Amino acid sequence: MREFRYEEPRSVDEAIALLAKPGRNRVMAGGTDLLVRLKRREWTVDTVINLKRIPGLRGIEDRKDHVFVGALTHLDEIGRSELLASRWPFLRETVHEMGSPQVRAMSTVGGNLCNASPAADMAPPLLCLDAVMVARGPLGERTVPLTAFFAGPGKTVLAPGEILTGIRIPPAPAKGCFIKFCTRRAMDLAFVSVAAAKVGSDVRLALGAVAPTPIRVPPSVEEAVKRCSPIDDVRASAEYRREIVRVLVRRALAKVAP
Amino acid sequence: MKINLTVNGHAVALDVAPHRTLGDVLRNDLGLTGVREGCSTGDCGACTVLFNGTPIVSCLMLIPDAEGASVVTIEGLTKDGRPDPMQAAFVEKGAVQCGFCIPGMILASKAEDVPEGNLCRCTGYKKIQEAIREERRRTRPQA
Repeated sequence: MREFRYEEPRSVDEAIALLAKPGRNRVMAGGTDLLVRLKRREWTVDTVINLKRIPGLRGIEDRKDHVFVGALTHLDEIGRSELLASRWPFLRETVHEMGSPQVRAMSTVGGNLCNASPAADMAPPLLCLDAVMVARGPLGERTVPLTAFFAGPGKTVLAPGEILTGIRIPPAPAKGCFIKFCTRRAMDLAFVSVAAAKVGSDVRLALGAVAPTPIRVPPSVEEAVKRCSPIDDVRASAEYRREIVRVLVRRALAKVAP
Repeated sequence: MKINLTVNGHAVALDVAPHRTLGDVLRNDLGLTGVREGCSTGDCGACTVLFNGTPIVSCLMLIPDAEGASVVTIEGLTKDGRPDPMQAAFVEKGAVQCGFCIPGMILASKAEDVPEGNLCRCTGYKKIQEAIREERRRTRPQA
């Protein structure tokens, strides 16, 4: 890795101020994506702003009208959380499909979402749960529904200088499932991922890796196939992915709304 | 920058550049060559160390994040020259071929039943699984 300046802010406001300074500045959460990109020289940075020493950004809390998941909560903490498992057991299943145990002990939910990979595994289940993103920037705090958070591959609607502080999940429990289609169990990207959830009588469906961003779609096989726009790449063809969407959506809907 | 941490039970004070990784510092500054740099992108698990008791990939942790932590490498598992039970099981079952992945494999198997995040390009994993099962059988006897 090339050298960079390194900062350890102790508050979100301090981090925002550092981010606003001239230069190519990036925040670091778990670092498991950032360091890979820096090592491969896909990104260059002048300053890395490590968010880990800021109190209040990590942890899961029942706040009555929502469950708050701090942006720096590690993926394995999501997997271990009894609070999350009691309402949305499929979040634990999702986490176990991600990275490897060593990587899950370091990587964060906020990092997974802010990197905005079309294949981000946390996205489809949280899209089904109507999760709301909480961000803070120079102009203060604002919230954005996750359905409006992704702007394209690697892009979110966060403005320059804004930092994701956490995620609010509406409190209603849901029966759900997450199905990830890939070639090996650990450290693999989804060819296609599907999450479905039934909240009350409302059936919800979301897809990953088959559009420029993870997407919520109406809960039917026909609609899912119609609305996805997969690409051909080294891992799978668009035609194949569309066929996998058809199969996985049928399975997912059968599971949550038989 | 100044970093203080515990490595294999010993307090260590470092003055290192913040862009370096924990794995790099353990291997190249502290001479702990059981920390292997394979892919250096978190995929192979060869650089696995125990970080406050939890296996992590040390190639993806910046050294400032190790401030105050307790780190154990494969060198730290041997007590008074005697191998730890998992190391002994690997030797007994012949789970080692070239050996490159083995420190990471053993440290990851401390926490997981089957290390998912560790690649081995020699063995096909069969004997590694046998060694881990054997160690579990001995150390966690079923009632």
